[in-house]
Amino acid sequence: MAGTILDTVDHVARLAHLSLSDEERRVFARHLEAILAYARTLETLDVSDVPPMSHAGAASAFRDDTPRPGLDRGRVLEDAPDPAEGLFRVPRIIGG
Amino acid sequence: MSRGGMSRVFDLTATEIRRRVAAREVSCEEVVRGHLDRLDAVEPSVDAVLLRLGERALEHARALDGAIGRGEPAPALAGVPVVLKDVLDVEGLPTTCGSRILEGYRPPFTATAVARLEAQGAVVLAKANMDEFAMGSSTENSAYKVTRNPWDRERVPGGSSGGAAAAVAARMAPVGVGTDTGGSIRQPAAFCGVVGLKPTYGRVSRYGLVAFASSLDQVGPLARTVEDVALVSQALFGHDPLDSTSATEEVPDLAAASSRDPRRLRVGVPSSFLAEGVEAETLARFREALAALEAAGCRVVDIELPHARHAIAAYYIVATAEASSNLARYDGVRYGRRVTGEVDLARMYGQTRDEGFGAEVKRRILLGTFVLSAGYYDAYYLRAQKVRTLVRRDFERAFETCDVVATPPPPTPAFPLGEKTDDPLQMYLADVFTVPVNLAALPGLSLPCGLAGGLPVGLQLVGRPFDEATLLQLGGAFQRTTTHHQLGPPL
Repeated sequence: MAGTILDTVDHVARLAHLSLSDEERRVFARHLEAILAYARTLETLDVSDVPPMSHAGAASAFRDDTPRPGLDRGRVLEDAPDPAEGLFRVPRIIGG
Repeated sequence: MSRGGMSRVFDLTATEIRRRVAAREVSCEEVVRGHLDRLDAVEPSVDAVLLRLGERALEHARALDGAIGRGEPAPALAGVPVVLKDVLDVEGLPTTCGSRILEGYRPPFTATAVARLEAQGAVVLAKANMDEFAMGSSTENSAYKVTRNPWDRERVPGGSSGGAAAAVAARMAPVGVGTDTGGSIRQPAAFCGVVGLKPTYGRVSRYGLVAFASSLDQVGPLARTVEDVALVSQALFGHDPLDSTSATEEVPDLAAASSRDPRRLRVGVPSSFLAEGVEAETLARFREALAALEAAGCRVVDIELPHARHAIAAYYIVATAEASSNLARYDGVRYGRRVTGEVDLARMYGQTRDEGFGAEVKRRILLGTFVLSAGYYDAYYLRAQKVRTLVRRDFERAFETCDVVATPPPPTPAFPLGEKTDDPLQMYLADVFTVPVNLAALPGLSLPCGLAGGLPVGLQLVGRPFDEATLLQLGGAFQRTTTHHQLGPPL
């Protein structure tokens, strides 16, 4: 692993959109180190000729491409923390 | 009760409730009132419930009574009170998933599993506590409350369906509905002394179920008898056009299966896997349970599951990878909680997710994000998926020489509250016998097989894909020849 485990935590926290406190960073670094060390026990297995099990059920299911109604817009917006004019309002994305 | 005899209504099984309702010996309203009273009496000492649905339940019960009074036939679950793990959506009612991030969310749809039960006359009494987003083995990861094991209030009920298992054990309802991604039905069932079935992957629709790990999650019932689990499974199982991963396999008559003679069934025991460590008394009860199955005419044979010991490592890679992707949707935009006052979108996401998620969920999101990230995908995620194939092949090979595989569900009785909360890896390792079943997408039944140190322990039976019937056959026979399931907690 390049860099320290704390760098790794910071990197994946950014990818996962988690703003962690300093305390959380340190605790999670310790836990992640232990869990990943355990996960690396899988390296003792020879899996070179083994296909990955990429899904658990039958092969992909298909259905006819027929239009059907979605959820009611007004009802869905009732669950939104900040709806406005029939839309989801969010803080500024660009500039500032 | 007016004509119910001496027994307390909350001691009745679902099968018996349905029989009495159909015979008009008791009304659905009486059954529901009796269970609501029981819930109110024991909830302060168990803390299993996040949402009590008194008026809604009574209205439903009265509607059923009205229909039966007009001469309509009583449906298969008429008047049977049910407690739902709070991961299943009911339109218009809060779904919290044990998380602060879903505060205020009232789903605009109902889970197919719930709709099927209600269509058969089951009455939803409450939504039950759980580990946040079903991540945990003790229900201590709930953001709302700590559920107690009804057998010993200083111990965990197991998890993540700990609220539902505790509610069924405490006789708040004869039936609970949980979900099982790595043991979350079978382990709390064992810890609380009730029966729990994790069906084959795809057997029950996941529509309206909040996703944790989509290739592992499965909805299933908890009850006090195998007969009741068969009854509820009959209503739950079957294809759903709203979930394209739900299976189209035919559903056999499960009640008939649960009463069938188990003679000549071969029960495979992976002795060298059990050497991974089972607490002494738990192992003794397991061996006695095998002897009881032999006495019922089954043959116990030794089998090997050579890769099962690697299942935990593979599971915590696959499950967290899927979770990190599934939980990306909680961003404070469309539903649930949002941290206000942030000036830009990225900070709003980050703060909302940091405040809304608990520690275990964040830990798993970080782990899952890591194993999927550039440079580590092949070494961790892809390798784990290959090990998953090996675990599944082990079972396929075992089922050439046996019909059912038996192990303990968890290797110990319920542990004390707080014992494992600071050491997540120790918590994960306790799932050693349940996670291989999810990785292999197989059905698994956990049923009580006695007490160890005064606490219930379980027997886990694992079957071929879509062969829940044989598990219920064996479990039904076990309960006809033993009395473990008749024990209840001192409440």
